[in-house]
Amino acid sequence: MESIKNIISVKINGIDVSIEKGTTILEAARKINVRIPTLCHHEDLCVAGNCRVCVVEVEGAKNLTASCAAPCEQNMVIKTNTPKVRSARKDLIALLVSEHNTQCTTCYRSTNCELQALASEYNVDNNTYLSVLKPGIQVDRSSWSIEKDDSKCVRCQRCVRTCAELQHVNAITVAHKGKDMKISTFMDLPMNEVVCVNCGQCIIHCPTGALTERRYFDDIWEAIGDEKKHVVINTAPSVRVAIGEMLGYAPGAHVTGKMVAALKKIGFDSVLDTNYTADLTIVEEGTELLGRLKSKIKDEDDSVALPMITSCSPGWVKFIEHMYPEHLAHLSTCKSPQQMFGALAKTYYAEKIGVKPENIVSVAAMPCAAKKFEANRPEMKSSGYQDIDAGLTTREIGHMIKQAGIDFSEISDSDFDSIMGDSTGAAIIFGATGGVMEAALRTAYELITGRDVPFDRLNIEPVRGLEGIKHAAVKLENCLEAYSFLEGVELRVAVAHGLKNARVIMDQIKDGTSPYHFIEIMACPGGCIGGGGQPIPTNDKVRMERIKAIYEDDADCKLRKSHENPEIKQIYDEFLKDGPLGHKSHKLLHTHYTKRNRY
Amino acid sequence: MQERLKRLDVILGIHPESPYQVMEKALKRAPKDIISDLIDSGLKGRGGAGFLTGLKWKFAAAADGDEKFVVCNADEGEPGTFKDREILTLVPKKVLAGMGICAYVIGARKGYIYLRGEYKYLVPHLEREIAEFHKNCFKLELDFNIEIFLGSGAYVCGEETALLNSMEGFRGEPRNKPPFPTNDGYLGKPTVVNNVETLVSAQVVSRIGVEEFKKLGIQDSHGSKLFSVSGDTPRPGIYDLEFGLSLDEFVREFGDGDTKAVQVGGASGFCVPRKKFQSTTIGFPGGLTGDSLPTGGSMMIFNSSRSMYNVLRNYLDFFEEESCGQCTPCRIGCQQLKVGIEAVKRGDKDPEYLQQLLKLTDTMKITAKCGLGQSVANSFSSIVDNFREEMIY
Repeated sequence: MESIKNIISVKINGIDVSIEKGTTILEAARKINVRIPTLCHHEDLCVAGNCRVCVVEVEGAKNLTASCAAPCEQNMVIKTNTPKVRSARKDLIALLVSEHNTQCTTCYRSTNCELQALASEYNVDNNTYLSVLKPGIQVDRSSWSIEKDDSKCVRCQRCVRTCAELQHVNAITVAHKGKDMKISTFMDLPMNEVVCVNCGQCIIHCPTGALTERRYFDDIWEAIGDEKKHVVINTAPSVRVAIGEMLGYAPGAHVTGKMVAALKKIGFDSVLDTNYTADLTIVEEGTELLGRLKSKIKDEDDSVALPMITSCSPGWVKFIEHMYPEHLAHLSTCKSPQQMFGALAKTYYAEKIGVKPENIVSVAAMPCAAKKFEANRPEMKSSGYQDIDAGLTTREIGHMIKQAGIDFSEISDSDFDSIMGDSTGAAIIFGATGGVMEAALRTAYELITGRDVPFDRLNIEPVRGLEGIKHAAVKLENCLEAYSFLEGVELRVAVAHGLKNARVIMDQIKDGTSPYHFIEIMACPGGCIGGGGQPIPTNDKVRMERIKAIYEDDADCKLRKSHENPEIKQIYDEFLKDGPLGHKSHKLLHTHYTKRNRY
Repeated sequence: MQERLKRLDVILGIHPESPYQVMEKALKRAPKDIISDLIDSGLKGRGGAGFLTGLKWKFAAAADGDEKFVVCNADEGEPGTFKDREILTLVPKKVLAGMGICAYVIGARKGYIYLRGEYKYLVPHLEREIAEFHKNCFKLELDFNIEIFLGSGAYVCGEETALLNSMEGFRGEPRNKPPFPTNDGYLGKPTVVNNVETLVSAQVVSRIGVEEFKKLGIQDSHGSKLFSVSGDTPRPGIYDLEFGLSLDEFVREFGDGDTKAVQVGGASGFCVPRKKFQSTTIGFPGGLTGDSLPTGGSMMIFNSSRSMYNVLRNYLDFFEEESCGQCTPCRIGCQQLKVGIEAVKRGDKDPEYLQQLLKLTDTMKITAKCGLGQSVANSFSSIVDNFREEMIY
């Protein structure tokens, strides 16, 4: 009965709609497949109601109503497509165009721009109004990761809400008022001097080309064209389930083979897999976790920081450096798979194929904007060279494939090259939130007990899915002798994605109330599949499709535990020699962190 | 200033019954009776939007909330308005008593005076008055406490939801409505936001009763109103006048004999040319003020030496600065109106472009998020329509 009371009915364009009380007009219209154009609205974010493009006519109201912000009321009569509505929308779009740098022909977001699409749909004349674009706007290219071009900003504040609500970073905010209102940073400082963690969530929530990743593909084309250079690329697990979207496929399409083939066709000398170093990360990080547990539980060394937190996500790493600099000891010292790959590409790989490391150009295809910053961190030179020369986003890779004139739908599948091309299902799932945890548990549980992790078909469901913070606990029983100190211990783990949730986890640690041993944190909502370098749009529906593809890939793998990867066994035999966390791996695969300011 | 006040004595006068005695009398009545009196009196908000004060109180009284607030909007920022300053200087007890009655009616224990930043000098004076008010509350066993909150100079913060955002430490940007402040106001709690003069008038209703109050003014516009008279007048100042005055009478009283136009309601109000003085009455139906903006009662008089183009350009300068900038029609619309009339004046755009700009003000009126953007159309279209040749030549 309670639920019936909360159902109200409205009429939209003559059609009766029953919806729950509190539903906005926009949502109600979508229910009956009536599309209302929007610009400041984004499914991930709170309502702003500031672009006004979604206005509709509500019977009895003097003015038009912003449908994204107005809740339906009983017996409301709504019209979404009247001359008055269309004329107002067209006028609003014309105003936005008049404030916009309309050099669409050379814009990175051209054909993927919400303002451009609306202006075209409503056939807006660029000359309806005089241009009020401020002269002399400089593009902020100070950051390794993010370019900010205010001349293309529509002031929808999606980036501001993203940075505040999803990420709790607040690096960008609204400044000034009236005609001078703009999206700015603390004290108008350049992007590289503020608390920006480079996650790039602002980019994938930006409707236009105002926020984009800093592009490096022209440098890579140069390198590919240089005969002396040996250009290798490693591709992250989440790129293969999203790159299709750049090339006409639906979200979640399985195009790994095509992607590898296209990269080879582009001219990369070797197409390798970040999954390989994801497996390596699990072995190193798992060992590190067991070491910390041993020190804490067996040796009763209270100086050891637990819970241990993953360090794969460079957006998250910079976040903790800024926001919780006093708790850096909780971070695993493991480099991210990208940086492990880079360090090995110019040492182990170079030796193996007999190329001088200075002639290797090491590229990473990433779902991420922060990977660009990470590649340029001064400490990431353990090979003696810059370990990763460039991190490219999924979007940049998509552009390169197009630029190369490759017909992606026609191209036949190809396999990753070797060495450093083998991987397991445990590495693929790194791309989804909870994946690192699941992979780590598959390996750690087996190391400790000698048995498979006690979940059906190794699928650790409690850590999967889009819930912001997930928990799991595994009781350790009948441990192998080396781990007898863990006998009876309930290993408690948590998974958080989106920095808003990371904050909750960190505040527990700060308060001393964190009940966990091991925590996975990813900066981006959904994990890497929702990364700031992924195709636009990214929303929960798209995230779910990409996640589905990730777990399908995992289920299809013969090997699903990182420590079973034959190339991993090989590298410890041939190169790293003294095992995980040994001398060489310490030098190449582990790192340290930097305390940063909160502003 | 004081000798220039025309005493109608309703708002600024001294009365045998002190404001706190009026409050004491009110506190003995049932809140619902006070509300129905207020509704019957037809008192409308004096900030400009003209919403029925009694209804506002009724909504807040009926709203669920463990905590409720009364906010006195003293962010007087409409160009040409300066009457709240005088009220707070001369009769602050009336304002505080109005707040006290409101607190009693809706069940608030906390009140704020949102004081325009430029009125900071009034703080010591008001704090002394508030201390005395608190003593009276104690005597009357009214658990109600008032604090002053200083604004920082943004015009838009006179809009009630922008004002609440400002008080909460956010940017002074208007919120989406609904929800309305009476349900979801300061800190998400039911809140009455009333203009300074509205609170005084609510107190007046309690003092003189519905019947006497309704004798003042005309149908739909009851009571008296303070007018801030400025411009080309030998008698600038504040005048306590009844509603229902024709603009013709007003100009005869205040004009300099050469009056060309009167801007009623400030920059967000309407410009009335001489030929319409006779047919324009000052009161809500005649469009006393703009829509939902800080302060009503601004009367700016222009004589024949004034260029209405310059007047309009001046207003647009003001609006393009004072828009909060969040919504498209207001932020860009104001800029377009300004560069548009400049281009027409220079001859860079044909006079027909004025039609495009008038159409734009229609869009702004029906799509802007708050009263600021919605009411820019008022001055623009009334000036362009009535003084078109001055825009072109």
